[in-house]
Amino acid sequence: MAELNPPLADLAADLTGRPAAARRPGGLRASQRRRLNLFRYTAFTIFGLFFLLPLLSMVRFSLEGLTPGSWSVAAWTQLVSYPGPPPLLSSIEITLELAVISSGVMLILVVPTMIWIRLRVQWFSRVMEFICLLPLTIPAIVLVVGLAPIYNQIERYNVSALMLFWAYVVLALPYAYRALAAGLAAVDAKTLSEAARSLGARWPTVMLRVIVPNMWQAILNSLLLTVALVLGEFTVAYLLGYVNLQTNLFEISRSSENAGVLFSASAATLLFAFILLLILSYAGRRLRRGQR
Amino acid sequence: MAAATATKTGARPVRAGRRPPLAWVGTVPFLAYAGIFLLLPTGIVVWNAFKGNSGGWTLSNISALNTGPVRTAFKGSIELCVISSVAGAVLGAILAYAVASGNPEGLIRRLYLAGSGVLAQFGGVTLAFAFLATIGPAGLLFKAGWYSNFPWGIGLIYAYFQIPLMVLVFLPAIDGLKIQWREAAENLGGSTWHYWRYIAGPLLTPAFTGAALLLFANALSAFATIEAWEDQINYVVPQSISGSLISEVGLANAHEGDALALGLIVVVVIVMTGYFFLQRRAARWQS
Amino acid sequence: MASDEVEYVSSPTTSTKFDVTRASVEVRLEGLSRHYGTVVALDNLDLTIRPGELIALLGPSGCGKTTTLRLLAGLEDADTGSINVAGRDITHLPASKRDMGMVFQAYSLFPHMTVQENVAFGLRLRRQSAAARDKRAMEMLELVELASQADRFPHQISGGQQQRVALARALAIEPQVLLLDEPLSALDAKVRAQLRDQIRRIQLEVGITTLFVTHDQEEALAIADRVGVMRAGRLEQLAVPTEVYSRPASAFVAEFVGLSNKLAGTVSGSTVTVRGQELPLVDSSTPAGSVIALVRPEAVTLASDSSGDSGPLTGTVIATTFLGATSRVTVDLGDVTILAQLRTSEAADLPAGSRVSLTIRPDPVLVSAAETPASEE
Repeated sequence: MAELNPPLADLAADLTGRPAAARRPGGLRASQRRRLNLFRYTAFTIFGLFFLLPLLSMVRFSLEGLTPGSWSVAAWTQLVSYPGPPPLLSSIEITLELAVISSGVMLILVVPTMIWIRLRVQWFSRVMEFICLLPLTIPAIVLVVGLAPIYNQIERYNVSALMLFWAYVVLALPYAYRALAAGLAAVDAKTLSEAARSLGARWPTVMLRVIVPNMWQAILNSLLLTVALVLGEFTVAYLLGYVNLQTNLFEISRSSENAGVLFSASAATLLFAFILLLILSYAGRRLRRGQR
Repeated sequence: MAAATATKTGARPVRAGRRPPLAWVGTVPFLAYAGIFLLLPTGIVVWNAFKGNSGGWTLSNISALNTGPVRTAFKGSIELCVISSVAGAVLGAILAYAVASGNPEGLIRRLYLAGSGVLAQFGGVTLAFAFLATIGPAGLLFKAGWYSNFPWGIGLIYAYFQIPLMVLVFLPAIDGLKIQWREAAENLGGSTWHYWRYIAGPLLTPAFTGAALLLFANALSAFATIEAWEDQINYVVPQSISGSLISEVGLANAHEGDALALGLIVVVVIVMTGYFFLQRRAARWQS
Repeated sequence: MASDEVEYVSSPTTSTKFDVTRASVEVRLEGLSRHYGTVVALDNLDLTIRPGELIALLGPSGCGKTTTLRLLAGLEDADTGSINVAGRDITHLPASKRDMGMVFQAYSLFPHMTVQENVAFGLRLRRQSAAARDKRAMEMLELVELASQADRFPHQISGGQQQRVALARALAIEPQVLLLDEPLSALDAKVRAQLRDQIRRIQLEVGITTLFVTHDQEEALAIADRVGVMRAGRLEQLAVPTEVYSRPASAFVAEFVGLSNKLAGTVSGSTVTVRGQELPLVDSSTPAGSVIALVRPEAVTLASDSSGDSGPLTGTVIATTFLGATSRVTVDLGDVTILAQLRTSEAADLPAGSRVSLTIRPDPVLVSAAETPASEE
């Protein structure tokens, strides 16, 4: 559809004359809309229950006291006080640091590469897509088997669990890639970069001051997805013999299956990641309004 | 990154005396990284799967796979993955449609997208705890023993992170359905059923199947949840691999883990080939 | 990717592809209203489309023209009012049963079907045999002169070709009414003009009652039997194109259709005096007093003025815009600027800076209430 000039087509869509608030998706009439809404709310209720119930159960468990029927926040205070070895707090710290480092690497390595490819080396984007989707399909377990010898080398220099970040960035690639690709597509990077270049900007300026500000929401999204992945990651850490939040919880569960702290830690992590992502989705709205 | 290199469109002439276009150099850092931490490990696995204990080449690792426990593990893996990916794909597609057909700026869509982004990642240990709390021995709902049945019970639990993943992967495809197609179909005399049967269905099928394949591959490596169910039997291949990686049983098993991993790779390659093939077909129709 | 070749559209030799013995129908919209929340999209609209007629609804975005079309198509529900086709009340009939063919602005071809399958789709829904629908689809494609592209996919043909396929698809089901929702807006200028003429030709040949929505006044004037200018959910004027152009019913119509100069004037009796010249009025019952007269640029003639006088109708040429066969000349009269449209050869004799004197041809002018006191600043 090269002939339908994209900006003109969007303009044309706006010229349908219907107020924005009324542009319902699907173009349905009232009776169809009612049926659709019935289906939707049924679906949301069922799925909502399915997803919320286990989470609420976890929270309830975490608030249980020593005798059945009593309440206590012990499980939550234990987040910082649960003894080792190693103490839970230290693995929480390590995991958070890993999250920061991994998203940092993602930001410094992957984001510029994707923008660069989109602007300068388009033919490579198929290869990039393939590479970035690979970790989703090569099971982490396989990766670990292959990573073990490499990590043996790394351990000669640094035995800290923080070295896991090398693997975590790879694991997060599929999710980050999708978010970034969507953001780049929405931005029409090519036109913007050509405009900037014609005004005299050099490539670093184009990338940093023209492209990135227009897709900061997608970038942030990819970073948060990375954080979510790091927070929930178990397999690689476990098999390589490191200690992070999830492996620590696993070990605790081995020894005392119903420890309250298991549930409070899990619930806290989930909630934390969820709120981050939710805030992000709202933060984007402000920028879009400003653009219009 | 010197500025004066020619762009792909040739809009700017190469200034005399400058270097020829080297834009691809910008991809080197990433390639190096992915090479070491993604491609190399994969290569190592494949390589080692064929190596014998004394350093030579052998197929014995592979033939060692043909034992009872290993076959059971593979069968278990595939069963579990099929169940969880089919359930996840179908249910996830339904949920994705429910989300996509609502207000794009609405609260519900935001909640479900944020939730999917999170739950897709927490399919391991956290999932086990959550279901322990819900339907475990001291659980909130019912003391159901069936959930620990393999593979159906676990399959349902796997749906917990498969469905969110499906929503994440499949939602863009539904968003891509243009309103005009629906209205044109209606105008030409088609009912809702006709629309789905002739238009939306065929258009979404490649994306759906592709996403289902992705779900399958994703489930292949998940094992933490099962590990949390204390049992000595290795239900799925990842457990076997983990067993051979961590166990201190001697060198006899050194490359068995690699062979198992190779087996998984083969399964995944088949799946991914199907996925890419489907993507190409779907891309034909994109504008 | 197909380029948008500018094909020379030949006139058809036969018109037997469409069953012209089928009677054209009358479409009557009565009292149609539609609002979205507090926004009134359509305000009590009455419109009758005569059998075989093509009415173009013209207006700015938000005026309600597309809403009218979509209500007629059944893609949206009216709040009040009724829709009659061939005497039958179809107000509550679902869109799929309305027997109308619609051409959308863009993106409406099904991407996974070939051109031929697209055109045959409506017939497939009507359970025609494969042979029958293929035959009919090819007939329709021949009508729009795209039979050679029958096996291509939508993304392989140009935008103009896509719209022609959309037209063929809409006509294939032999609808009673043809609806076109800004079908040319997304196309290149040259393709737009050709396709516009082709649509009109086919519509006349087939004799199908048609509603055509557009925001391009040139389009509306060129193809319509009658033009309906809409604004804020209401029809400001419904008349043949020449009348809409030369006898606009309101200032809005006068300004939306074609260009207008706004000049201060005084009404007395049945004429208005503009800068010393007396002009007849469109509406002779206009009350006396100060008004703003709307004068078309082509009604203004210029002549070189070497006398050195400076009357109310003398001025200096500021700029000339070359439009091809004609040129638009901007003249500074001291207190106002006026546009004149001349043949290019004439305009060439009056370069920027030349002194000119103007005469206004005595065509009837529309006046509206003065916004400022009688003397312009």
